[in-house]
Amino acid sequence: MSFFQPPVTLFDQKGTDMTDISKRTVVKMVALTAVAAAALVGCGKKEEAPKAEAPAAAKAEPLKIAFAYVGPVGDGGWTFAHDNGRKALEKEFGDKIVTSFVEKVPESADAERVIRDMAGQGNKLIFGTTFGYMEPMLKAAADLKDVKFEHATGYKTAENMRTYDSRTYQGAYMAGVIAGKMTKTNTVGVVGSIPIPEVIRNINSFTLGAQSVNPKIKTKVVWVNDWFNPPKETEAATALINGGADVLMQNTDSPAVLQTAEKLGKRAFGWDSDMTAYGPKAHLGSAVINWGPYYIKATRDALEGKWATGQSWWGVKEGAIDFVSVAADVPEDAKKKLEEVKAGLKDGTFEIWKGPIVGQDGKEVLAKDAVADDKFLGGINFYVKGVEGKIPGGK
Amino acid sequence: MESYALLVAATLNAGTVLALAALGLLINEKAGVLNLGAEGMMLCAAIAGFAAVIHTGNDWIGFAAGMGAGALLAAIFGGLVIWLGTNQYATGLALSLFGVGFSAFAGIGYVQEKLPERASHAIPWLTDIPLLGPAFFRQHPLVYVTIALVLGLIWFLYKSRPGLVLRSVGESPESAHALGYPVRRIRLLAVVVGGALCGLSGAYISVVYTPLWVEGMVAGKGWIALALTTFATWRPARVLLGAYLFGGVTMLQFHLQGAGVDMPSQLLTALPYVATIVVLALISRNPTWIRINMPASLGKPFHPGS
Repeated sequence: MSFFQPPVTLFDQKGTDMTDISKRTVVKMVALTAVAAAALVGCGKKEEAPKAEAPAAAKAEPLKIAFAYVGPVGDGGWTFAHDNGRKALEKEFGDKIVTSFVEKVPESADAERVIRDMAGQGNKLIFGTTFGYMEPMLKAAADLKDVKFEHATGYKTAENMRTYDSRTYQGAYMAGVIAGKMTKTNTVGVVGSIPIPEVIRNINSFTLGAQSVNPKIKTKVVWVNDWFNPPKETEAATALINGGADVLMQNTDSPAVLQTAEKLGKRAFGWDSDMTAYGPKAHLGSAVINWGPYYIKATRDALEGKWATGQSWWGVKEGAIDFVSVAADVPEDAKKKLEEVKAGLKDGTFEIWKGPIVGQDGKEVLAKDAVADDKFLGGINFYVKGVEGKIPGGK
Repeated sequence: MESYALLVAATLNAGTVLALAALGLLINEKAGVLNLGAEGMMLCAAIAGFAAVIHTGNDWIGFAAGMGAGALLAAIFGGLVIWLGTNQYATGLALSLFGVGFSAFAGIGYVQEKLPERASHAIPWLTDIPLLGPAFFRQHPLVYVTIALVLGLIWFLYKSRPGLVLRSVGESPESAHALGYPVRRIRLLAVVVGGALCGLSGAYISVVYTPLWVEGMVAGKGWIALALTTFATWRPARVLLGAYLFGGVTMLQFHLQGAGVDMPSQLLTALPYVATIVVLALISRNPTWIRINMPASLGKPFHPGS
């Protein structure tokens, strides 16, 4: 009865193949056009200014940059935000670079093949935009010493591979501030994707934000074990609303949760990208990631030969995280509080993870006035007080 | 108690998506054709339905567009496997892959579109009955249509003459052919009707269930529907019950999580598949159970000349 085995991997792989091929062709054409254009420009300049001291023909070949995305560019969330970053990059550097991307690259051995392919096509700077590419990229980086690898949300580095991430929990906290003011039931809900520290940290930060304006807040969490699965996200959001939550946040990649809130007359947030359009009545604001500033910095490093391995974790301060499109009916005091938090995060006078913070079991996890360092933040595997339920697979 | 009523309502809603597609596949399979392209057909129908509602503002036109898209793809599939005798498994998989890619391509312009406001579907009067109202009488009309469809299909397959002919085509196409029935045309008709129902399910997802368009949004429901026909041993009533069961398990695990009950959500996510395997193992132990209902010529091509 092999016929109903869902051949998910099969079509993922195929999908990648197809995109891959068409992208490759497009990239080639773009590259050829760019080279031709560069040659023409070079010739033109020579004719116009034969006396120019610098030989104009020596125009540098554009830096080829490739992006591997885990979802479709049209997901309206995570991958959409990365692609906006890529576009910002193109705008910033113009013909000094050529970018390309492959979408829906599965977090499996296929990722390594795609990444090696990218290097084979002459890309010298490769961005992998999901945690699951860590090992594949590390393997490729070991062999391809002349290529620079940038891996999002991971923790392993190499001489030619560094990591970058954004402090999404800051956006979650800001959403929490609004949620705490807007909930009538004092119950907020989060649709979680996969129980890894990043997501747990966001759930906690959202809760801390809500509690900062409303100490009675309780957070319900439902895990869907998927980054992108709109029907499941819808079902999870429905379950949360049926359970009494009236303001929802999600750490998944599609706008389905916001849509469900819109349909059922509750409120919710946009995540990763501005999602106002998906649920104008339900939308309370969007916690967005701007990958642009980091992509521009990384590219500048590579262009100027200053690229060195390391780890970057950018937040509000660097312009990587923002909270935008706040709904009109959010009360003024909440908006004011939001602005204070944002300004504090920007100039470093405000810390979200500053003690005393109490865990779900009532034990203090962060003593009074202690500020969590990045190592602490990177290993959060507990819920703070106010979050209900248990982390799947946790203690 | 209210939350249990809402759980029932959510289950009916989730089950309807699966039931519609699985009933379509059941009709296919009763005629002896196995169409693995459900996921692709549903995705194409989802974008067709969504686009139609965006442009016309009418859900029913959206459903019709979804059914049309499903039927069209199924007709292409039918032409290939019935007349050209291509392998049903391979062609179905190809259709699935094609549908995933094509729907993504066709949907590029609709990614951030929003559907117009719709009125609630509560049935006046009945909706106010405590518990029963929220559980049963606030559903989209298609939820009730699906139940009616199952009753109609039972009557059609087991009580009507055309239904008997359809089943004979799936059981023994040679005999049906010898009796003078146009086996290939009947199979094509069944495939097209099945595709239309898969299409309706796809459009229901993008227009009602998760009213938006994002790439790949059917997210495996087509494969679950395929599993469901086997799970239900090709009986329409069991398809409906199975659909509610699968939908119910999904909703239940989310509700339990939301209620803070401690249990591994991964295990519950896998439950529908585990259940299918258990049922398969059981019916395989007693061959008469499966043989009575499984169309004998399922997946086998038919050449009138041979």
